Amino acid sequence: MSKQKAPLIYISKRKDLPWYGAWGIRGGAIILALVVCAVVTTLLTGENPLGVYAKMLEGAFGTPRKIWVLLQNTAILLCVSLALTPAFRMRFWNIGGEGQILVGGLAAAACMILLGDKLPNALLICVMTVASIAAGALWGFIPAVCKAKWNTNETLFTLMMNYVAIQLVAFFVIVWEVPKGAGKIGIINQSTESGWLPQLFGQKYLLNIIIVAILTVLVYIYLNYTKHGYEISVVGESERTARYVGIKVDRVIIRTMILSGALCGVAGLLLVGGTDHTITTTVADGRGFTAVMVAWLAKFNPPAMIFASFLLAFLDRGAGEISTAFGLNHSFSDILTGLILFFIIGSEFFISYRISFRKHASSALPAAQPPLINPSEKNGKEE
Amino acid sequence: MKKVIALILVCTLLLSLCACAGTQKTGKTKVGFIFLHDENSTYDLNFINAAKAACEALKVEPILKTNIPEGQECYNAAAELVDAGCIVVFADSFGHEDYMIQAAKEFPKVQFCHATGTKAHTEGLSNYHNAFAAIYEGRYLAGIAAGMKLNEMIEAGKFTADDAKIGYVGAFTYAEVISGYTSFFLGARSVCPTVTMEVTFTGSWYDETAEKEGANKLIANGCKLISQHADSMGAPTACETAGVPNVSYNGSTISAAPNTYIVSSRIDWTPYFKYAIQNTMDNKAFEADWTGTIATGSVVLTEINEKVAAAGTADAIKAAREQLIAGTLHVFDTSTFTVDGQTLTSYMADIDTDAAYTGDTEVIKDGYFQESVYRSAPAFDLKIDGITLLDTAF
Repeated sequence: MSKQKAPLIYISKRKDLPWYGAWGIRGGAIILALVVCAVVTTLLTGENPLGVYAKMLEGAFGTPRKIWVLLQNTAILLCVSLALTPAFRMRFWNIGGEGQILVGGLAAAACMILLGDKLPNALLICVMTVASIAAGALWGFIPAVCKAKWNTNETLFTLMMNYVAIQLVAFFVIVWEVPKGAGKIGIINQSTESGWLPQLFGQKYLLNIIIVAILTVLVYIYLNYTKHGYEISVVGESERTARYVGIKVDRVIIRTMILSGALCGVAGLLLVGGTDHTITTTVADGRGFTAVMVAWLAKFNPPAMIFASFLLAFLDRGAGEISTAFGLNHSFSDILTGLILFFIIGSEFFISYRISFRKHASSALPAAQPPLINPSEKNGKEE
Repeated sequence: MKKVIALILVCTLLLSLCACAGTQKTGKTKVGFIFLHDENSTYDLNFINAAKAACEALKVEPILKTNIPEGQECYNAAAELVDAGCIVVFADSFGHEDYMIQAAKEFPKVQFCHATGTKAHTEGLSNYHNAFAAIYEGRYLAGIAAGMKLNEMIEAGKFTADDAKIGYVGAFTYAEVISGYTSFFLGARSVCPTVTMEVTFTGSWYDETAEKEGANKLIANGCKLISQHADSMGAPTACETAGVPNVSYNGSTISAAPNTYIVSSRIDWTPYFKYAIQNTMDNKAFEADWTGTIATGSVVLTEINEKVAAAGTADAIKAAREQLIAGTLHVFDTSTFTVDGQTLTSYMADIDTDAAYTGDTEVIKDGYFQESVYRSAPAFDLKIDGITLLDTAF
């Protein structure tokens, strides 16, 4: 009689995990990540890992200024993540955030340079806002139309639009560079500050943070409590169902991508008009891609995105401090960030799936539950 | 709600932890440095080494911030260095300038020193300074080594004198780079009269692939020797692979090119760092625009790689160096070059930077272009005959 050997490991879908269970797993993952990072740190650099962690915290929270910068970075990242979310909920993989931010920023910079001495400041800022939103929306609209009309691959299309945007910015940097040949624009309107978004209560970053906080609430309401938001969810679940119930799928795709691009345009406006006051090809700093991770980590849920973007901004700032404090190469802090993210993302698997081990070598499986085995083993292979 | 409370608790815990971590103080005077890249860039490595040497000599504590882009991050880094207690903050990249000025305006009690910038002499801030060195003189000396190597190869029958062509990988097309390759070329031509040069541009200070490809392209175009003004190991590596001699910049690249590296000119920033830090510690005002020279020890050449260099290179460089110090030799002597076939008698250079690049200062005096005289940063941006520019629209 042939007897199948039970596999060593079973993976099965969890039915439901209480909230404390899920957070327990996440907490465990973070602790495990910190332990692995500690081992790596000690092995590679000989530094005391506790000192390294203390420096990370110091880098993120050490002074009021550092906390403001952390909140600013969180806000911008959150803004981009919010922008991607409506598209992602619709299963439209917009990875063109980078380009949408850049064209938004480029539009703002163009207004600042060309209209800086022609319009009163309040009007200029209004023009910049409209221009940035329109530019970002256009960058979302183009791939959406192609998807809706000809079913093009939106992932590739939005990705390629990033490069178009980068080259556009590179071109205009050369047009507006000071001095000629230097390949940089420098701070725009440094003496007149025209087109600079106003500072609230003397804080450089407060306005950005407040704007993004309001956007978070609006996007949350839009996605969860409006007809549009519902349509997005239905299209995301199944386009056929959406068509069957009479939703105009093409229109939803285009409308949602215009919104997605427009919000990225806002991020560009906040970066160029609010903080950097210049435009470079790196002004988005990879946020269009980091935001993809934030959106996934938070399962497309705006309140959870606050935490996810805060975590990523914290890791980035903390990691930067490590390289300063210990004279380590910046790559080392990237390694630590990578390790921590690996564990955090990995923990989601353990929240969704249960892993059980074979209890005894002799214990065979109950016949009712076919194990996950190779087809070759199925063919009556003898042990 | 529970999540919110938990988060607040965690934050409190984190903050109290940092409070503990932040209490360790050494009591030493602190000096901040902002670098565009890290030690993988030859340019930044040269700065980092000088920063460490100067701080060691003056017994002050350096705080180094690497990989700071030319944007708001530079202002943030400067402000954080001020928060950390630095009395003087240095930045090393041309594009950092506006952000350093922004910080200087906000923190009048701290000194801000920016290398390679052009605005300090017109900005009118007592705590904002520019510095550069007369590196065109160093480039000229390195050019002599290049010219002698070409002569040696011509004598050995490897190519004819008319085929003596140098390739040069540049970053951008503004005065700092133009001044560099022109002085290098003039140095080479002073010993090898038939030499010509091709310059390609990468549009980036650090792009290893583009620099390597640039050098390969020049070699394919028939260049017999390569030099560069961009900060990666790209060009030296390409030269080593192709077996083409290389004159480097920012420091020795002999580790990447032991069989092709000849010599490198570089700015030694240690004298300037010491000067600025010492004056700040003594509460003395110091120059808004400082130019290092051969005499101050700021313009130096690395050790010559005798295995590759032509015989007699060291002596020729030494002789020219003495003439430069004595003032009997001028790099941009108008009798040694022409622009569009004409000898230069007058040129208005854009010394006080403005958006329209208006020439504002006559720089031809006593028969030579007065480089690094009216401001420390290079102003020579003429396209002289004998040099061909490629890829200027990078």
